[in-house]
Amino acid sequence: MMRTLKDLKPSETCKVVKIHGEGRLRRRILEMGITKGCEIEVVKVAPLGDPIELTLRGYDLTIRKADAEYIEVE
Amino acid sequence: MVTRIALAGNPNSGKTTMFNKLTGSSQRVGNWPGVTVERKEGKLKGEADTKIVDLPGIYSLSPYSPEEIVSRDFLLNSRPDAVINIVDAANLERNLYLTTQILEIGIPTVIALNMMDVVRKEGVEIDVDKLSKALGCKVVVTTAIKGEGVSELTEAVMSVIGTPAEDRLRYSSDLEKYISEMREAIHGKIPAEAERWYALKLLERDEGAGKDLDTDLMAKAESIVVSMEEGMDNDADSIIAEERYALIGKIVDDSVDKGDRKKKETTSDRIDRIVTDRWLGLPIFAVIMFGIYFIAIETIGSWGTDWLNDYIGETVMPATADWLGNIGVSDWLSGLIVDGIIGGVGAVIGFLPQMLVLFLLLVLLEECGYMARVAFVMDRVFRRFGLSGKSFIPVLVGMGCGVPGVMASRSIEGESERRITAMTVTFIPCSAKLPVIALIAGALFGQSALVAVSIYFLGIVCVLMSGIILKKWRSLSGTPSPFIMELPSYHMPSAVSVIKSTLDRGWAFVKKAGTFILLACALVWFLSTFDWGMNMVDAGESMLADIGRAIKWIFVPLGFGDDWEFTVATITGLLAKENVVGTFGVLFGAEEEGIWAAIGTMITPIAGYAFLMFNMICAPCFAAIGAIRRELGTWKDTGKAVLYQCTLAYVLALIFYQFAYVIAGYGVEPWIVLAVAAGAALIYMLASKDPFKIFRRIGSDA
Repeated sequence: MMRTLKDLKPSETCKVVKIHGEGRLRRRILEMGITKGCEIEVVKVAPLGDPIELTLRGYDLTIRKADAEYIEVE
Repeated sequence: MVTRIALAGNPNSGKTTMFNKLTGSSQRVGNWPGVTVERKEGKLKGEADTKIVDLPGIYSLSPYSPEEIVSRDFLLNSRPDAVINIVDAANLERNLYLTTQILEIGIPTVIALNMMDVVRKEGVEIDVDKLSKALGCKVVVTTAIKGEGVSELTEAVMSVIGTPAEDRLRYSSDLEKYISEMREAIHGKIPAEAERWYALKLLERDEGAGKDLDTDLMAKAESIVVSMEEGMDNDADSIIAEERYALIGKIVDDSVDKGDRKKKETTSDRIDRIVTDRWLGLPIFAVIMFGIYFIAIETIGSWGTDWLNDYIGETVMPATADWLGNIGVSDWLSGLIVDGIIGGVGAVIGFLPQMLVLFLLLVLLEECGYMARVAFVMDRVFRRFGLSGKSFIPVLVGMGCGVPGVMASRSIEGESERRITAMTVTFIPCSAKLPVIALIAGALFGQSALVAVSIYFLGIVCVLMSGIILKKWRSLSGTPSPFIMELPSYHMPSAVSVIKSTLDRGWAFVKKAGTFILLACALVWFLSTFDWGMNMVDAGESMLADIGRAIKWIFVPLGFGDDWEFTVATITGLLAKENVVGTFGVLFGAEEEGIWAAIGTMITPIAGYAFLMFNMICAPCFAAIGAIRRELGTWKDTGKAVLYQCTLAYVLALIFYQFAYVIAGYGVEPWIVLAVAAGAALIYMLASKDPFKIFRRIGSDA
């Protein structure tokens, strides 16, 4: 089964394999620097369980779990 | 001729602070044509005939959000003489993503490497010369918040005008091959300076870049894109983004010495760990929000507002009336000026102290970086109802006043979430509605606090319910905007920019509320002062009273349609909601207790509550309608928004009154049929995925 960013637990790190999805969401993910080979750390989950906070390329980003599912990682 | 310089950069890069430093006090704020994106312009300090246009903060020159579209149109089509690109040195990689695109447009560019103080503190060294050489443009080190490097930046940008940035960015040889191919194909069809930019955008399948090219050329471009995808075994947009970030990575590796930064936890990280902690996050959020509510609405803000209202009502108005009488101004004109204009505008201006306190607190939250965390914490709740985590802020501001509440919706990224929020914020009881709530609670419910609590609850339910309902309109559905948001580092706000932002917002509030309401006040005063023969009469014989008598039947099913006073009070509430109370005062010729007694004998508690419900949810005051018009863009859409609000108010009050009437044992009114139908319609609107399908089917059959 494909492993996505959504499956990671806080303080786990991963490497991006591929961005799925299309249109504006996909473009936005790429623009924010989530590209193939980029290292991402999942910092934490929001108090209500969604969205999640990531660290990549030296800055912090938040993304909904539903959108994180489009990011295939290893 | 005037020299124009564009200021571009990511959100949170210190752009606004830099704009203030570069221009001083000479700023003009407007809107970009056709969209509700703020456009700021100012004169460059120390240079004659040079103006700076502050582009909205963006991450990329994509064709998606209105912010991106106006920025890119301005750079491509209006071609400023130079660009200052603000780059957050502490977040270099992602900031340079926009830089690569700006450089490819071929406009003379200077990079302001901002927030260097933060970087130095972290022990990171940036080799500015190397960075400048790699990018092919001047780089100036700045710390906008302290004014460091601002004059050097001005000097640098003036010196590059006329000499475009060197075209020095080179991607992998594979990609460069396709870029050359694409440039050959489009050569001569687009401005030569921006050829490389267009070539890359076309390779990316950018939806906007090809709109001026003919279909043959587009087919050719698409064939190049397809061969690139095959040759490089990847999707077009991924290829370009990856190549850009790869190139940036190389540049950053060469020119930045990260020192031992990697493992060190910064102060900002430590703050964030506590503030948005899984368990502490919500309590901290609740405490901060309650603190804001308490300071701005309950205590300090209200004291200021009460004082100013008293001052206007007890000092300014009588003094003006005396003065006008002394200089022999006729009664009607004096009435217009004092009761109509000063009374109406004063009611809005009276909120200014409270608003300033509220704005100050919100600006503090924004500047220190907590605002993004508010969205992070609240997103889950609001998303379920078709809104965004950022919708919380307008709702909070709306408890003070609907006008800035509606204005605050501007920070929401998604077009449809923003519009829906702007249309629904005024359901939240604002300060001006509190006296009305107090009136009904006092007159009919023995001053029970439950009345106010239930009305706040009703407001929030209406906001969330409307999120679900309005999303189903085609014009508001749109593609849900991605919620991918940067969480900026926490930092100490600078006093100067906090004060400036607070006053800017205060002034915007006065302008918006003040100008619009002037005309409306004069009109309502006119209707309530004259009869049809243009004689000055008591309110009870005025045109407004006649209008009230003529349309009061509308409210019969809601329980308060038998007495015209309630209809008239509803109409005057459009000026400012607390006018509802003032109007009863005038009509009954009584003070608080007298009004309570009068209302108590006129209607039942359930009819009173239905009256309250209707007045809280229906069209907000004129000032707020004006604010909604600003955010929605057209009067037509504003009209629809107001119609929606009034319909929802009517439906809810109808359902409440008719069912409460039965439950209270008064019997059954025939209107219950209407109430049941309205309730069914409401449930249908909430539950159906596509509630308009049935109408379309009827339309196609006919």
